[in-house]
Amino acid sequence: MNRYPMWKYILILVIVSLGALYALPNIYGQSQVVQIKSEQDKAVDQATLDQVANILNENQVSYEAVSIDGETAIVKFVDLDTQRRGQDVLKEELKGFDTAMNLRPNVPDWLKELGGKAMNLGLDLRGGVHFLLEVDMQEAAENKRKQIRSDITSLLIKSKVPKKRISWSDNELTIQFRNEADMQQAMTLIKKDFDELTLRDNVGVDTFEIIGLLTEQSINAVKENALNQNLTTLRDRVNEIGVAEPIIQRQGLERIVVQLPGLQDTTQAKIMLDATATLEYRPTDMENNAELAARTGRTPVGSTLYYDRQGLPVLLKNRVIATGDQLIDAQSTFDQQSGTPAVSVKLNSIGANRMLEFTKNNVGNFMGVILKERIPIGENEDGVMQYRSKEEVISNARINGVFSNRFQTTGLDSPREASELALLLRAGALAAPVQIVEERTIGPSLGQDNIDKGVLSVQIGLAMVLVFMLIYYRMFGLIANIALTINVVLMVACLSLFGATLTLPGIAGIVLTVGMAVDANVLIFERIKEELRDGNTIQGSIKEGYDKAFSTIADANVTTLIAAVVLFAFGTGPIKGFAVTLSVGIMTSMFTAIVVSRAIVNLIYGRKKKLKSISI
Amino acid sequence: MNILQNIKYDFMGKRNLALILSSILILISFGSLFTRGLNFGLDFTGGTVVVVHFDQPMNATDVREKLEGSGFENIVVKNFGGSKDIEITLPPQQPKGTADEIVTATESDEAKLSNEILEQLRQLDSSAHISKADFVGSQVGDELVEQGSLALLYAIIGILIYVTIRFEWRFSLGAIAALVHDVVITAGVFSLFQVEFDLTVLAALLAVIGYSLNDTIVVFDRIRENFRKGRKASTEDVINNSISQTLSRTVITSFTTLLVLLALFYFGGALIHGFAFALLVGIIVGTYSSIFVASTTTLALGISREDLIPVEKEGANLDHIP
Repeated sequence: MNRYPMWKYILILVIVSLGALYALPNIYGQSQVVQIKSEQDKAVDQATLDQVANILNENQVSYEAVSIDGETAIVKFVDLDTQRRGQDVLKEELKGFDTAMNLRPNVPDWLKELGGKAMNLGLDLRGGVHFLLEVDMQEAAENKRKQIRSDITSLLIKSKVPKKRISWSDNELTIQFRNEADMQQAMTLIKKDFDELTLRDNVGVDTFEIIGLLTEQSINAVKENALNQNLTTLRDRVNEIGVAEPIIQRQGLERIVVQLPGLQDTTQAKIMLDATATLEYRPTDMENNAELAARTGRTPVGSTLYYDRQGLPVLLKNRVIATGDQLIDAQSTFDQQSGTPAVSVKLNSIGANRMLEFTKNNVGNFMGVILKERIPIGENEDGVMQYRSKEEVISNARINGVFSNRFQTTGLDSPREASELALLLRAGALAAPVQIVEERTIGPSLGQDNIDKGVLSVQIGLAMVLVFMLIYYRMFGLIANIALTINVVLMVACLSLFGATLTLPGIAGIVLTVGMAVDANVLIFERIKEELRDGNTIQGSIKEGYDKAFSTIADANVTTLIAAVVLFAFGTGPIKGFAVTLSVGIMTSMFTAIVVSRAIVNLIYGRKKKLKSISI
Repeated sequence: MNILQNIKYDFMGKRNLALILSSILILISFGSLFTRGLNFGLDFTGGTVVVVHFDQPMNATDVREKLEGSGFENIVVKNFGGSKDIEITLPPQQPKGTADEIVTATESDEAKLSNEILEQLRQLDSSAHISKADFVGSQVGDELVEQGSLALLYAIIGILIYVTIRFEWRFSLGAIAALVHDVVITAGVFSLFQVEFDLTVLAALLAVIGYSLNDTIVVFDRIRENFRKGRKASTEDVINNSISQTLSRTVITSFTTLLVLLALFYFGGALIHGFAFALLVGIIVGTYSSIFVASTTTLALGISREDLIPVEKEGANLDHIP
């Protein structure tokens, strides 16, 4: 009765071997590296490697190895100190390349090819900075309201409809008129152009008003845009800080998480967050050759040389047609005539007038958009904030007709390119400010310390449990210990495969699971003992022990799982990490304690018909 | 090796004693929670905590004087772990100035405090560097309190539903009584000794819920099984027997869990201390409550054999169905 069919043993063996294989990447440890990437998106070559080695040797920075991985060069260092010094000298002396510090797992190639990867380490284990930013949505909504008010005002002026007053109160816009005719005329005009308002009239003795309520939908759109706009600018800027694998993602409706692993000095990062972006529409210089200007370094008078995102030179005239604060919206779309990807742009009235003036005389010419970022770089000796600006041409397109407040940029290669351009355009529009609402910095040495302590407590805790089980249950204790060890291996394998991030509370979850995972075996073994005392045969006791304990184990684990899932749903950051390891641990422990331990018991005792005693 | 086997102990006979003990513990806990409150950590209160590492031992008083001299107010400075690490705690910054002069400390300014502190301390000793800096805005802290309370509530509701479906509502209430008991007393210990209560401690409390429940369910499972065996023992005897039969398991599992928690407590480092402490307390209390509180409550609610035997004869057990 205590025998498993062959396929069951094979299945268990396969699962355990796979578990061991995918847990394996974690034992190779991590190395401190500096990643080097070309600023022009070109691949690095042997010459770059030689140059890197030279610079490091000249500055007497010891390193372990230099190698190429895809488009980047990787320099391995022995410890944190040399890594930092290495990056400093490389940043200084290696021109045309971006450098970034990183921690890379030393997984051998054959294992990588099999899909093996090490667990990601959380910031508390590898060091770094975590920011939680909140977008000032009130400011964003206020901007939107101002925008609408000034647009309606100029629309009414342009259409020569006199109004008495226009004002906002919360999300309700009130426009007062002298008489009903004016009001009706205005109503028609506004209805046509402002679909973000729900309009109604309010007519009384001597009052002729239009009441416009900002729709829920458009308020949400404003928030959404403000958030995305900040995400875009942040992504662009964070890439400049020089950390590998930064994480920038939204959290909820108003917040953005920025994680910069390995970053030590937060001053620079915080300053970056204060940067502002704006954009300018400018005529392209059609008389002069940009290539030539770039080669000779001689820029024609009245024009400035810029580069686009591919690094190609573009000559733009210094005259500004429209600026970012006049841009209301930019959305990726499809051109209705050609069906190709396009970006539709909406300008406010001031921008629209200037655009109309310009396009009237320039059909057939080109117009460029330049994104300017003003990044504070710290105060000078007199305490005045210094700025560095980064300027980049994000679009350079032919003017196909005369337009004013709404137009499209067409001829884009892919929908992706269109949405990217739309994002960049929006990034340069009037921004909603962000605030840091949470910051957590962990120094890299403290991170390493946390890993060491975490691993040590897992080892000691596991060792104590193993010794206790062996003393208390002897042969069956040994079986439980094998199951427990397999459990830890399977947990690590699952966490690695899921791409879960290991944090200190996550390690605590592993430790706790070790303590609790033996519970299932204890339940089973105590039940077997009871059956033996009740006079059942040995084989019968083993079978009954496993069978009867099963429902108890299942019930007990499901309730713990409920607590873990709630933790996951409500927790943030570190608590989520704990919940993940706890949940994974509960599932793997059920498998190992019930199935794996049973398999071993069956293998040892199952064939013995005349079993006199068992060591339990 | 066998311990605690074949014992028949009259657990239910001691239920009044247990009731008195639990009542006293809960009264003390509530008393402390209401008068002293919890020593909430940065996660909940908001504010700034910076741990600065120096290459040589540093005196906390010197650091405090230096920082107070440069205008930092209401700071708490103490050694952290060893003598080379100094922990500086700053309360959430109140907006400065009156309404007329609109000088407010925005949260972004507050976030820069850690950099300012480092700058000051570098003047004291150039080897100073930040090994840990946390800033939490007060509104984030408030949200965490709200989320944390909600999490506890939802966990309890989820468990209530599951146990009611798998067992019976009286068991469900018994289990909830036990885990509220555990959470209140664990929180009470944190309040009484003013141990810092941070986010990891909250996670530990939720883990205590899971653990305490695990223990309770094992006992309940045995009670159900023994009821269904249909022997003509009194309800009290059935419960006593069930607790006795599972006692060795209860003690062994608590013991192994305590072993790993002690490892975590002593070797896991300062950051995980509160977490390990909460679980240590919670598991000791949880083991006690799964024996004395959960079953006692279920008994007091009037559980009987008929409640657990599947209804076969129509109408026979209608009056027991809630």
